[in-house]
Amino acid sequence: MQITRRQLDKTTIFDVSGDIDLANSPAVRKALLKEIRDDRTPRVVMNLSNVRYIDSSGVASLVEGLKAARDVGSRFILFGLSTSAREVLQLSRLLRIFEVYDNEEQALAA
Amino acid sequence: MTSLRRRTKAGGEIEIHMKILHGARRSKPKGRNGDLSRGLLLRLELPSDPSLLCAVRGAVERLTESFGFSAPDCRAVTRAVDEALTNIIRHSYNGRPDRPIEMLFRSVPGAATPKASEGLEILLCDRGPSIKRAQLCMRKLEEVRPGGLGLHFIQQSMDIVEYKRANGTNRLRLVKYVRAPKQDVNS
Repeated sequence: MQITRRQLDKTTIFDVSGDIDLANSPAVRKALLKEIRDDRTPRVVMNLSNVRYIDSSGVASLVEGLKAARDVGSRFILFGLSTSAREVLQLSRLLRIFEVYDNEEQALAA
Repeated sequence: MTSLRRRTKAGGEIEIHMKILHGARRSKPKGRNGDLSRGLLLRLELPSDPSLLCAVRGAVERLTESFGFSAPDCRAVTRAVDEALTNIIRHSYNGRPDRPIEMLFRSVPGAATPKASEGLEILLCDRGPSIKRAQLCMRKLEEVRPGGLGLHFIQQSMDIVEYKRANGTNRLRLVKYVRAPKQDVNS
């Protein structure tokens, strides 16, 4: 898995590629919490269009990001969910609690 | 026996042993108390290293595709196996990456409910301490909090989920039945 960071004005976009599983979800969690809790970035966007698979530990990292964002008054947005990633969020009944968009244009316009 | 070698983040090298039994699908699936080798499709032995999960998912994806599962069911079985392995690594072995895990994949007879002619049985074995019943309880999905989702994913993805302890080994048995009729390539 690879995670890279882009800055657009007051928005940070994380481009993630590969699978998010037990081996690498701690890296996702660390990057998200640094951006939200430490740097207090007003809007954090996760580009998941190159993520084929997310396991329960990956979902837990996203939930931690969402909770941290709510705590500091930031927005946490996801876009580009694969079928598999959408399925795990549906199975965990978490799809409705995230701000989810189809693509980057929609995510940044929201 | 096929072995896959993979370099770990720490610089070491680990091996997955795979035994793929071509033509096993043509043999009779094992009965409830029958010979354990009947219907055996694939046997995997691997250490409890999280960096191997990706390789196992790849193997399970290919196996479920060739078994005749629909695309959503292939994803469901792969997800259940991945989450079961994650639980073994995290809870049974406390994150130690060098403990043994064995997986057996077998063809088993179908069931009346759901109506299916055949099923895929997956047996995951580890040598960690016995699992307490309380550890197998699932949290409520209404709670929005990280963690505790793996068992939900396994239960929602498989038709049968059974756990038992035998001879110092934790054994998780997962079964998924093939629902859609298989395509006949000659028709």
